[in-house]
Amino acid sequence: MNIQTWTWILVGITFALYIGIAIWSRASSTKEFYVAGGGVSPLANGLATAADWMSAASFISMAGIISFGGYDGSVYLMGWTGGYVLLALLLAPYLRKFGKFTVPDFIGDRYYSNTARTVAVFCALLVSFTYVAGQMQGVGIVFSRFLEVDITTGVIIGMIIVLFYAVLGGMKGITYTQVAQYCVLIFAFMVPAIFISIQMTGNPVPQLGFGGADENGIYLLDKLDGLHRDLGFAEYTSGSKSTLDVLFITAALMVGTAGLPHVIVRFFTVKKVSDARKSAGWALLFIAILYTTAPAVAVFSRTNLIETVSNKRYAEMPLWFKKWETTGLIIFTDKNNDGIVQYVADKEINELKVNRDIMVLANPEIAGLPNWVIALVAAGGLAAALSTAAGLLLVISSSVSHDLIKKMLKPSISEKGELIAARISAVIAVCVAGYFGINPPGFVAAVVALAFGLAAASFFPAIILGIFYKKMNKEGAVAGMIVGILLMLFYMTKFKFNWFGGGAKEDWWFGISPEGFGTVAMIVNFVVAIIVSKFTPSPPIEVQEIVENIRIPNRAGKAQKH
Amino acid sequence: MSYQQKSTSYWKENIKYLIILLSIWFLVSFGAGILFKEELDSIQLGGFKLGFWFAQQGAIYVFVILIFVYVRLMNRLDKKYGFDKDDES
Repeated sequence: MNIQTWTWILVGITFALYIGIAIWSRASSTKEFYVAGGGVSPLANGLATAADWMSAASFISMAGIISFGGYDGSVYLMGWTGGYVLLALLLAPYLRKFGKFTVPDFIGDRYYSNTARTVAVFCALLVSFTYVAGQMQGVGIVFSRFLEVDITTGVIIGMIIVLFYAVLGGMKGITYTQVAQYCVLIFAFMVPAIFISIQMTGNPVPQLGFGGADENGIYLLDKLDGLHRDLGFAEYTSGSKSTLDVLFITAALMVGTAGLPHVIVRFFTVKKVSDARKSAGWALLFIAILYTTAPAVAVFSRTNLIETVSNKRYAEMPLWFKKWETTGLIIFTDKNNDGIVQYVADKEINELKVNRDIMVLANPEIAGLPNWVIALVAAGGLAAALSTAAGLLLVISSSVSHDLIKKMLKPSISEKGELIAARISAVIAVCVAGYFGINPPGFVAAVVALAFGLAAASFFPAIILGIFYKKMNKEGAVAGMIVGILLMLFYMTKFKFNWFGGGAKEDWWFGISPEGFGTVAMIVNFVVAIIVSKFTPSPPIEVQEIVENIRIPNRAGKAQKH
Repeated sequence: MSYQQKSTSYWKENIKYLIILLSIWFLVSFGAGILFKEELDSIQLGGFKLGFWFAQQGAIYVFVILIFVYVRLMNRLDKKYGFDKDDES
């Protein structure tokens, strides 16, 4: 069977599975819609969190980014996993004990203020919308590359599927489809990785093959460092970013991860505090399987690519090279007309441009794997994009129906009315996301990085202080969040979009890139919040009692007091 | 012990665990993977330079272990203070 047929079959089966789960797990109350009724097992929640977290970018682009960045790519590996340690130790158990539906819920109640709630809703919407547009675009790309339908059709098919299970099932439907999606995506990622690891090093475990040797007994990494030196690239295991910048970017990604609302709400779905801790552990374990394999895939495909194309005759390029050339992901321009591919660091002489996404998408073809494996990658990419999109859409719809309508505009709304409002906002959110997926604003890539910086600069300090610093009051928290966000927005727009006079790399403050600036904005948020709180009244006694209460995992606390 | 004393000392022990675990978290990622990467790279671990290995593999393994250790420590602590019962809310 050809690739096309295989892809339709696998995508069809997985989509049917998702829809089946959605029908089986319809939500009938707001509690089911927002937090899946609060009865998800830690293991299932771990699987769902992993699928929720690993987006189209993790699945399709990350291995490629590492492949071209070498050591520099470590910021994503450590940043996007290390954040879970913060989440598990500093946030998840306490927010679960607090036991509400959304992140703005916590901010609004803990800081006894609708201003704080509004700021939080604004941040949650901003972060989630920028993120979800990227996911819809990912769906479109997978469809167009593997099934040769145009991007618009691809996005619309994706929208209908997400609409179906997010609107019908709410968090409950999303949770159980995410469990299925994790299985699909991890299988799709591991199968090609294992095959290639065996081909290149004889070791079936990619994490070990990564440090293995080729048939001549030369370590793969040493070989790759050598190839890089010969072609003028920075050594693979050294990278080219400054240590300070690597430090700040890693920290910003870690803290941003812990502050992302669609990840945090997943921990509201388990039964009790100890389950929230445990499911963070499961989530990271399942994420780590992909995140420790990706750098191995990066090395395998980088070595493969260089050995296949560098200084070889263009006329003798393999079939996949020609195929991906037609999609524009590989571009070859024979500058010196010698019919040989010169792939080097020097931009003047270099004749080959390779899109980073190819490292995962074309990997099975490069390694000559069977057609069904190639089709599997398409199904996996779709699973990754859809699961993240659904999680984000839920945050958007609950921010509107719960935080805006129920908590602020119309508190008298009935349970039934709120559920309808939640579903309508989910529909609108899907349509907006779909629109941005079809007409991606040029700044999507820049803005996704901004999402982490924003989460780091706003939510993280407010939540941490809310739990660990009893005396933190609304004035401090609101001032911190606003200053943090504005500073972050200022720095990003200045250096990414050239606002406020713009600036080049040399003008970065202390040499910190916009990606790493979230760390600075977060520290500023903490400092501002603490200073302001010192000069303003302490929070009311009831609020201090809330804080005491969320620190203790069981409910019995209050009764024993008397 | 009164409830107040119990919850205060529970919280203190919790913070102690957090400080220890987060120090390890910091050491393996920001320490071994970034700040001391150059020095560690002179040590070879199979086909890996050690600093590079920590940045792309080791730190992640330690993160997973850290969370499961935390889960065990906290479950024991909950039990010690009797906070493990009736903890459905």
